[in-house]
Amino acid sequence: MNKVVNSAEEAIKGIESGMTLMLGGFGLCGIPENCIEALTKTDISGLTCISNNAGVDDFGLGLLLQKKQIKKMISSYVGENKEFERQMLSGELDVELIPQGTLAERCRATGAGIPAFFTPAGYGTEVAEGKETREFNGKMYVMEHAFDAPFAIVKAWKGDTEGNLIFKATARNFNPLMAMAGKITIAEVEELVPAGELDPNAIHTPGIFVQRIFQGEKFEKRIEQRTTRQA
Amino acid sequence: MALDKNGIAKRIAKELKDGYYVNLGIGIPTLVANHVPEGMTVEFQSENGVLGMGPFPVEGEEDADLINAGKQTITVKDGASFFDSAMSFAMIRGQHVQLTVLGAMEVSENGDIANWKIPGKMVKGMGGAMDLVASAENIIVAMTHTNKAGESKLLKSCSLPLTGVGCVKKIVTDLAVLEVSPDGGFILLEVAPGVTVEEVKSKTEGKLIVPDNVSEVAL
Repeated sequence: MNKVVNSAEEAIKGIESGMTLMLGGFGLCGIPENCIEALTKTDISGLTCISNNAGVDDFGLGLLLQKKQIKKMISSYVGENKEFERQMLSGELDVELIPQGTLAERCRATGAGIPAFFTPAGYGTEVAEGKETREFNGKMYVMEHAFDAPFAIVKAWKGDTEGNLIFKATARNFNPLMAMAGKITIAEVEELVPAGELDPNAIHTPGIFVQRIFQGEKFEKRIEQRTTRQA
Repeated sequence: MALDKNGIAKRIAKELKDGYYVNLGIGIPTLVANHVPEGMTVEFQSENGVLGMGPFPVEGEEDADLINAGKQTITVKDGASFFDSAMSFAMIRGQHVQLTVLGAMEVSENGDIANWKIPGKMVKGMGGAMDLVASAENIIVAMTHTNKAGESKLLKSCSLPLTGVGCVKKIVTDLAVLEVSPDGGFILLEVAPGVTVEEVKSKTEGKLIVPDNVSEVAL
């Protein structure tokens, strides 16, 4: 079976209006920028996006927000985006905020065949409203559920034709978890190599979790908060 | 004189212990990293997936793939490691991270904390704060004693939506160091140089417990 596709346009085939997508990345770090750009060139709309953040006004998921292709965001933090704020306040955009660790674990659970789990995060807060709570060893926990998404889109540093992925530094973040969770997982990589060239000891995401892979045309890798010290 | 931001950070740094793994929140907590006592090794964890954070990079050496949870470019020290977000929060929930320092808008006398949402204002999200406060064994809050309107941030009960319940152990403000009593109430441990117990009392809405001996913050 050939997992390699030629372009971002080919990779996103089958994504339709109204679908739920899971996207890797933290801020603008490790986001699948080629697939996001390809989506902006389609008339797909009404998307629900599960992603830790929502990009900035003119990059990342902010590009899809500008074109009003997203109807709902499921995230842990959505600052730094004026268009997002406008759409949220006007009611055009639905937003579900989830504690970051719960979001990560829900992604992991989705891919790991765990329908639900208990976490202490959010107990006693509005996040726990309407959810089952239970005491274990004298401490209270909230039950959280796995997601259900037809597509996950991730970005890796290196990948091979089997779909094995290696991430770089903190660009790993949510990517391996989203990769596990998608029924169809699309991976865009900076460098695509033939199977056998990556050390099996070094693989972060085994190819079993990846259905489509391609080398991105370009990676801008924008920095959100450039912070330096005096040399 | 009340402590400034660096003073608060410096006082919190005295709570560090050799070998600690620590998660620092955004704002004043970040400054704690600048005041690690000489000869002590402390590893800083950032919840986006790095352990062993170093200083900010020098200009020209920024790497878009290497950031902290505040999305700032960083460097790593020898012995650092990277991991995914689920593993990162396993470290946090599993109490492998020994100390969490974070800011707050309100803390109540039973240790509840509110720091993520102001009704009527744009809500950006809780990020990892709810996971951190629900899990850490040792949580220190770094904040000003009063808000911009001069109202106490140490309350009987929080008025803002909560981030976590009964989780704060210690609070370092510009005026004082306080401990949350297991029975409820803020135990006054130290006052900032030049700050009187009376002033702390007048600026603490919640129950303030004043022991016989209250020392002055030594930096």
